Amino acid sequence: MKSKSGDRTAGDLLLDMRDIRIDGFSDDVWHPIIKGVDLKLHRGEVMGLIGESGAGKSTLGKAAMGYAQPGCRITNGTIQFDGMDLRAMNDAQLRELHGSRIAYVAQSAAASFNPAHRLIDQCVEATVGHGLRPDDEAKTDARELFAALQLPDPDNIGERYPHQVSGGQLQRAMTAMAMSSRPDLIIFDEPTTALDVTTQVEVLAAMRDIVEQFHTAAIYITHDLAVVAQMADVIKVLRYGETVEDAPARQMLKKPEEAYTRSLWAVRSLEKPQETSEDIILRVNGVDASYGSTIKVLEDVTIDIPRGSTVAVVGESGSGKSTTARVITGLLPPMKGDVLFNDEPLPLALKDRSKDQLRRIQMIYQMADTAMNPKHTVRDIIGRPLEFYLGLSGKQLDERISELLKMIELDDSFMERLPSELSGGQKQRICIARALAADPELIICDEVTSALDQIVQEGILKLLLRLQKEFNITYLFITHDIATVKAISDQIVVMFQGRVVEQGMKNDILSPPHPDYTQLLLSSVPEMDPDWLTQLLESRGDGSGMSASGN
Amino acid sequence: MSTDDQTYSAAGEVASVAERRTWWDRTWRNLKKAPVTAWFGMIVISFYFILAVFAPLLAPYGESQIFDTPYAPWSSEFWFGTDQLGRDVLSRLIYGARNTIGIAVATTALSFLIGGSLGVMAAINRSWLDQGLSRFVDVLMAIPSLIFSLMLLSIFGSNVINLIIIIAVLDATRVFRLARAVSLNVVVMDYVEASRLRGESLAWVMRRDILPNILPPMVAEFGLRFCFVFLTIASLSFLGVGIQPPTADWGSMVRENAQLISFAEYDMKAAMTPLLPAGAIALLTVAVNFVVDWFLHKTSGIRDEK
Amino acid sequence: MHPIVRTVLQRLGLGLLTLFVVSIIIFSSLQFLPGDFATSVLGQAATPETVAAFRRELGLNEPAVTRYIQWIGGVLQGDFGSSFSGRSQGREREVMELIGPRLWNTLFLAGMTAIIAVPLALTLGITAALYRNSFYDRAVNATTLTTISFPEFFVAYILILVLATLWKVFPSLANVRESTELADRIYMTALPALTLTLVIVAHMMRMTRAAIINLLASPYIEMARLKGVSKSNVIIKHALPNAWAPIVNVIAFNLAYLVVGVVVVEVVFVYPGVGQLMVDAVTTRDIPVVQACALIFAATYILLNLFADIVSIVTNPRLLHPR
Repeated sequence: MKSKSGDRTAGDLLLDMRDIRIDGFSDDVWHPIIKGVDLKLHRGEVMGLIGESGAGKSTLGKAAMGYAQPGCRITNGTIQFDGMDLRAMNDAQLRELHGSRIAYVAQSAAASFNPAHRLIDQCVEATVGHGLRPDDEAKTDARELFAALQLPDPDNIGERYPHQVSGGQLQRAMTAMAMSSRPDLIIFDEPTTALDVTTQVEVLAAMRDIVEQFHTAAIYITHDLAVVAQMADVIKVLRYGETVEDAPARQMLKKPEEAYTRSLWAVRSLEKPQETSEDIILRVNGVDASYGSTIKVLEDVTIDIPRGSTVAVVGESGSGKSTTARVITGLLPPMKGDVLFNDEPLPLALKDRSKDQLRRIQMIYQMADTAMNPKHTVRDIIGRPLEFYLGLSGKQLDERISELLKMIELDDSFMERLPSELSGGQKQRICIARALAADPELIICDEVTSALDQIVQEGILKLLLRLQKEFNITYLFITHDIATVKAISDQIVVMFQGRVVEQGMKNDILSPPHPDYTQLLLSSVPEMDPDWLTQLLESRGDGSGMSASGN
Repeated sequence: MSTDDQTYSAAGEVASVAERRTWWDRTWRNLKKAPVTAWFGMIVISFYFILAVFAPLLAPYGESQIFDTPYAPWSSEFWFGTDQLGRDVLSRLIYGARNTIGIAVATTALSFLIGGSLGVMAAINRSWLDQGLSRFVDVLMAIPSLIFSLMLLSIFGSNVINLIIIIAVLDATRVFRLARAVSLNVVVMDYVEASRLRGESLAWVMRRDILPNILPPMVAEFGLRFCFVFLTIASLSFLGVGIQPPTADWGSMVRENAQLISFAEYDMKAAMTPLLPAGAIALLTVAVNFVVDWFLHKTSGIRDEK
Repeated sequence: MHPIVRTVLQRLGLGLLTLFVVSIIIFSSLQFLPGDFATSVLGQAATPETVAAFRRELGLNEPAVTRYIQWIGGVLQGDFGSSFSGRSQGREREVMELIGPRLWNTLFLAGMTAIIAVPLALTLGITAALYRNSFYDRAVNATTLTTISFPEFFVAYILILVLATLWKVFPSLANVRESTELADRIYMTALPALTLTLVIVAHMMRMTRAAIINLLASPYIEMARLKGVSKSNVIIKHALPNAWAPIVNVIAFNLAYLVVGVVVVEVVFVYPGVGQLMVDAVTTRDIPVVQACALIFAATYILLNLFADIVSIVTNPRLLHPR
């Protein structure tokens, strides 16, 4: 078994970017996106480029190809690739390098493959177009690459069109496309971000092996530190267009220098001691549900939620976890089964529920941006439930809004702001205040932290925990992120294809033995340990399979 | 871990946050950045507006006051000459602004009232109402609107009221489509779901959640629809089936004076007479299009930023 | 059944259904005629007997469904009934007799315009999209934005003023006859065709530009560029196969628009086409002629859009190569 890093010898300097500055154009002005970044990459070396949204990592990745995406311009710095100055080259000279010596793997493979051509034709297009190999030879090679990337039916899958294969397969086909010309450098731009966690593992492993096999240098762009830990020899942390920290992967994971780097795994260090209660506030009882068609999205779902605790519902996309929330709120009346709230059945449809029933169950959404009317001020947003449910007005209303703002650690100066004048974390806090304003017993949190940067996530989770303690609120917490689950939950419900696989206390669910699916799901969540992927593949490969890897 | 607690505070969270400005301040800043074409458009529109409102004060003669010489040449007495019946062309141009623009604005407003409210309702309701209205609109839109209005006018007869109603109803189909589409974009937003979960009434959701958010595209569409309606009415009047004499109207004025064009060799000024009302129509539509183009660029630019 | 065949058949069925509903709407317009209508058609001298006979002929005494079936049956065989005009003198003419030669004239004018306008607009639109934000793009954009704001008759009269009266290049009247030779016909039709071309090109060019820009913003186009595919190959191999649907839609939409524009232009140039006939019929309230013209225009419009939809269906790779 090859081990990933350490024994790889760094070759000569391949890419040398110095003092790169890039401007982006928006709102009629140019403003800096990358503010003077240096980047050095050796032959055969894999660099993880990590940072949160808006850090400029994707822009920097494309700049490594000498390419400025539309709406951007490189204003300063030198880009030396294998001794050639990319910024001094004209378009035709750059085209000679692109797709032959430097290749690119995009985030959304589904959108980046041309729908009108067969996969294999697109995979060999650059290789044949640059005259590196004749067509038939390139295609034979592509089939071998498909096999090496463990695509099913590698001899024929290339004859298919992009919409005929799955997302994970497309991402692998795109890696084959990049590899076809045997480039010196591949830029991976968030290649697994759009994939489900169980698919991600397979794609990661395939990418890592093939890069290693051909000794290709790579820049791997992602926001997920655990993913980069599996792939990279060195890691570069970017923030607001500047370098925060550069270090070999193992060293950075073990002993990060900068506080910001440490904050990137802030949530992973949170952990809530589990508590429980015998008093069931809400019971979803044998629910079947579907969206109009005959295909059931939920089948015989039963979930118990004890008062004052947090129940996390985990699962991949399509597992039915958000549909469960829609059933509880009454947006999607179930075909079968019922929902008991404080031991009394709730009317199934939203329109049949009383104002007071509606008040007791509140909801917080994933995207705070779309959960608040952009034309309403913070006062309108928080004040409306107070007026509507509690009939407050005038001075009383103002005082209560002010109190709520304090609870979420903001102050009165936010009262007249519009959502567009708030940061991501502040927006989510306002949404929490809106839910809190109704004085609810149960709050459904639908992926409330997954759109936020790590350090902000931590703040939001802490706030939710504090509020729970103060007001004895119950949370139903829907998420796909196991780190968040560990941080906040008392109980866990695992869902898969519309069914509940398992429900129980957090510590019981997270420790073996697991049912097969829970095992697959839990083991697929990348960990900070750089050897995690290697060990996981070994444990899955040795037949016994379901041993407790990583624990 | 505790060190992180000290460095982080929610209120101080850094973000690329838009500066707070008042409405007037924002508007003025936008206006200052407006391109020349938009300024040109706004000035022209204001000029027409003044003409239309103060027509009786500005026009030298009455709307259908007849003088002795038909087709009189341009002179200090009749700046743009007289028409085939001996009416002052300048006065009729000024009154024409009032009639032509007034009727077009009334028609567009009616069309937005019908199409807009039905479109928003269809977007919220999404059941039989939406299905029924959408299919009905599909069929109406399968007939070119100029042809359809010609047919309806032949049946109901040409007068201003019929004209306004027929064009407004036919044009409402387009407004319906747009209003429904932009409302659908808003209806799927989480904040609308949040309002429904709160138990808000349909009226509240329409007024507070949907209306403010569909306003920018609808305002732009109002400009475009106005141009279309204005041109349709002018064309119908030109064809002789729109606004009827003796009402002064630019489309009919082109038709009435069209023959003068063949005298260009002898009297260039007279030949220009039919082009004046036609040019007046063109200038206004150009102006509105310029302003709408800038407005669309502005609002879509904000969307890009996000 | 192959999904393409199924989708095309569905679309064809929908098109036929639309035509059917439109024919009902056009037919039922007769219902709304005011009661004294017969008198106004037949003239003041008409006796109660002739009025009754006229009503009987129109079938106003029979149930609407029967009359519709008779009417549509006639239409399908090319019989639109007889015209109202000239009835008072007892010289009535078949509608088809009036429309026949004019329909050919209108098609000739529209065809001539399309032959000039479509290639011109596509070239302008595609080049403007490829050289986006260049001086060329801005100039073409500003010009077309101005042109689409002009009413057709304004463009027509400017052209007449410049090209027919100041410089006598083309005739200002396009009163072609059946006997007119092809060369003469083209010469006489030049100004109306030029007018329509100017108006159509502006619309079509703007829409083509927008469609191509939208297409070029696709991630797979950026991917092709990052693969080092040459500029021409990005367009030919990657953009073009996906461009058929939007381009054909733009063309069909504008040809449908042409159908409407033709009415005004025919009147300006006194061109003996269906549009002019329809306007005359509207002024004299000659309902059978109006109905026939409206049905012809609507059918053309619907068929053009149907054609565009079918092209988008058969060039859609997702339908061509189902899972």
